[in-house]
Amino acid sequence: MSNEKIQEELAKYQASVEKAIARFPEREHLPEQRLYTPLDIKDTDYADEISFPGVYPYTRGVQPTMYRGRFWTMRMYAGFSTAEESNKRYRYLIESGATGLSCAFDLPTQIGYDSTDPISEGEVGKVGVAIDSLADMEILFDQIDLGKVSTSMTINAPASVLLAMYIAVAEKQGVSADQLKGTIQNDILKEYAARGTYIFPPRPSMRLITNIFEYCSKNVPKWNTISISGYHIREAGSTAAQEIAFTIADGIAYVEAAIKAGLNVDDFAGRLSFFWNAHNNVLEEVAKFRASRRVWAKVMKERFKAEKPKSMMLRVHTQTAGSMLTAQQPNNNIVRVALQTAAAVMGGTQSLHTNSRDEALALPTEESVMIALRTQQIVAYESGLADVIDPLAGSYYVEAMTNKIEAEAWDYIKKIDEMGGAVAAIEKGYIQKEIQDSAYKWQMDVESGARTIVGVNKFQIEEEAPKNLLRVDASVGEKQKAKVEAMKAKRDNDAVKAALADLKTACQDENENLMPHILAAVKTYATLGEICGVMREVFGEYEAHVNL
Amino acid sequence: MEKKIRVLVAKPGLDGHDRGAKVVARALRDAGFEVIYTGLRQTPEQIAEAALQEDVNVVAMSILSGAHPHLFPKVVDLVRNKNGMKDVLIIGGGVIPEGDIPALKEAGIAEVFTPGTPTSDVVDFIKANVKA
Amino acid sequence: MDIAEELLQGNRLALSRAITAIENEYDEATEIMKKLYPHTGHAFVLGITGPPGAGKSTLTDRLARAYREQGKTVGIVAVDPTSPFTGGAILGDRIRMNGLTLDEGVFIRSMGTRGSLGGLSHKTADAVKAMDAFGKDVIFVETVGVGQSEVDIVKAADTTMVVLIPGMGDDIQAIKAGILEIGDLFCINKADHDGADKLVRELNMMLDLDSNMSDWRPPIQKVIASQGEGIEELIGYIEKHYAYIQGNGLLAERRTKRIRDEMLDILSSNIGRYIKGKIVDSGRLDGYVESIRKHETDPYTVVGDIMKEMLK
Repeated sequence: MSNEKIQEELAKYQASVEKAIARFPEREHLPEQRLYTPLDIKDTDYADEISFPGVYPYTRGVQPTMYRGRFWTMRMYAGFSTAEESNKRYRYLIESGATGLSCAFDLPTQIGYDSTDPISEGEVGKVGVAIDSLADMEILFDQIDLGKVSTSMTINAPASVLLAMYIAVAEKQGVSADQLKGTIQNDILKEYAARGTYIFPPRPSMRLITNIFEYCSKNVPKWNTISISGYHIREAGSTAAQEIAFTIADGIAYVEAAIKAGLNVDDFAGRLSFFWNAHNNVLEEVAKFRASRRVWAKVMKERFKAEKPKSMMLRVHTQTAGSMLTAQQPNNNIVRVALQTAAAVMGGTQSLHTNSRDEALALPTEESVMIALRTQQIVAYESGLADVIDPLAGSYYVEAMTNKIEAEAWDYIKKIDEMGGAVAAIEKGYIQKEIQDSAYKWQMDVESGARTIVGVNKFQIEEEAPKNLLRVDASVGEKQKAKVEAMKAKRDNDAVKAALADLKTACQDENENLMPHILAAVKTYATLGEICGVMREVFGEYEAHVNL
Repeated sequence: MEKKIRVLVAKPGLDGHDRGAKVVARALRDAGFEVIYTGLRQTPEQIAEAALQEDVNVVAMSILSGAHPHLFPKVVDLVRNKNGMKDVLIIGGGVIPEGDIPALKEAGIAEVFTPGTPTSDVVDFIKANVKA
Repeated sequence: MDIAEELLQGNRLALSRAITAIENEYDEATEIMKKLYPHTGHAFVLGITGPPGAGKSTLTDRLARAYREQGKTVGIVAVDPTSPFTGGAILGDRIRMNGLTLDEGVFIRSMGTRGSLGGLSHKTADAVKAMDAFGKDVIFVETVGVGQSEVDIVKAADTTMVVLIPGMGDDIQAIKAGILEIGDLFCINKADHDGADKLVRELNMMLDLDSNMSDWRPPIQKVIASQGEGIEELIGYIEKHYAYIQGNGLLAERRTKRIRDEMLDILSSNIGRYIKGKIVDSGRLDGYVESIRKHETDPYTVVGDIMKEMLK
């Protein structure tokens, strides 16, 4: 059918349904067209914009084989309480078929405080495992072969310290740094914009990040040095397009910083990875994944003149949307997570964490974690969604949506460029404000009923309080404190002092790579709080920009 | 006379998830309240002192990390006993298991709002219970 | 408790309650102010104003810390706009000063502009007096914008500082009339951003063209408040200005004018309230409006009659 003919037929169709549809106003006012046709993608060139998997601009996926080779990495984020408890959970997950570890740290660890610090009171071991020193890290990975497992660590401001601890543990296991596989999140910009676990101001933070890029490119070449994260931006309330736009803008800032520090783009860009949210709207999410690969490929090729294909590939870890889990009728969350999993898989993710049904209430129990992992396995082995590469390509709607999200992302990136880049836009509070506005709109839509959340504002039932929630033992804090004190009494405190003094001197010299100094300090069993304390002294602390 | 309900919206503890706190702050503003937002990582001492200096009618706190059993009662104690502000309405929200709520109420938290609560419920609760 | 009595004895909650009474126009506010008034007049009051996003709160924070280091106690009144649509406000200045919260020598109070702007300057002035009576050595009054209302608020100050940042585009043209009039000194914040020097040049040019200039030429100081740079120099200028107005009698003149304005303000607001009470609350207003609407009389005649009746 020619485009003219389609246009004609479409007009007839629209006229014929107009009246019928007007009877359902709440369905009539959805943001998307009710029907997509070849006209919506008539300007999309297959070779330039869609192409083949493993081929620029990677819209259809970064590897040529995708899941016809092997499935994505089923990586379950876990960690709570003490290193001993988390170690048990990791070994359980590995036995259950998880193919990668993902460490959650408690908040004092994420913000660089020891468990003994008064500010840590009440927080130790709550949202993740407490790591105070190398001693805890040794327990965390006890009997886990770091030469075999790939480990993702959700750690940002003190990422350098935790990575150094990981390298030191591996060394003790007899595994050399160049064999280590894994990821540190290390994405400070989204901490300022959305997640809130920052320590230092942007400048020294960016320096730490480029120090890690440089150090790893030479010593830990298989390590993913950053996971540039849209996940938390989305959790904070952004839209799908904002999620990838702000994250790619952050990515641009990291690449620029590294180039400014004298690195060659193709030496580090291949180790950059991304982290997306898998949200409720399945098709929009698939389009988001596809659009993000296209935007990043163009950024790397056109703006940064990258030459290696790997530098242009947006490899992504995904987590299902925690903020979409409901405390009401928590078993419904199993279905939500299944749909989100489908979206991430059809979007072509490289690895995936699925949330557990009870996470709007507490940390997940082992049973809930098992269901979440099984969800991935069912999608992989039974659903057929992973049998064909990029199965939704060519869908009028999904291709049009991919184009639309891409265009919106470019608009934001342009705006942020004009402000002087992501760091400046964050310092101005622009990105935060955009996210907050979207979050507020979402909430108001839910409250007005314009948006339905099953079990929350429609189809509610009387419920009994859920039972069998995981509780973190309240004595964890005290136990961990005692452990730190005992460790401090045992270590060579002169060596610690010397290492910290050396680190301080290194911090003061902007041209010095801090990684070797941090590694040296870690090996003396200097605590995370002591190491970050030295850096706080030299670098100062970030003050948040809040503009409600 | 131009009375306004003044609310301190605070994030005690270390978690950085302030989506809820910010949405609530805006909703309270839109309900005509004066909202003082403290930002992240506030200690109970800082929250109590801000409540005193701002002479607020309500202290609204949000925690998602699970540190509420420790931090909420501490704020109540400081506001009531150290500040001597007996009438302040103190409420909490966040990821808080049902089972924890009785103890929090016992400790003086007037109401606990869990995920999925419409902001209008918070507004209505404040209007109905504030002593001003 | 006897709020005034407790306040004078150093009870911080009493200070807080006194300001609430002032803000909410409680009846006891007048009694409190009567008792506090004899204890005022000791503090140095610095007004800080400038457009949104100029970094005033961060700057206030840094100045407060510097004064604390000199051993002086500090009060801060931070004013933010009330939404005209909802009547609510987000008072967000405090967040930049979280480091000062637990310093007992500092007291920070956020205020919304609420409905009446005329009333606001009066309320801010009283809040400042309450802090003054409490014994604060230095009091900052921080307001957003450089509109007329804000100008009124900073009139309660001995020295007024205008904070600007580079990159405001043509905004400076739009606000120049207001700022030239009120700025005793100018602070260019975020001086590491592009355009800082250009802004200094433009400002200098405007100051040169100002024909009303006295022998005090407002200095311009570049600072980076977030890094504490330029704060010492800024304080130098603040103190220089204070010495200047003390030395030449301008301070006394300003304070005299302030008392005069304030008295007229209180007088007219009291008379206004009295008359409004008589007319509105008794329901007479509706009757007048109805007759005016029917053209049986006119507003001028009605007001004339009311005045005659009230001022008998």
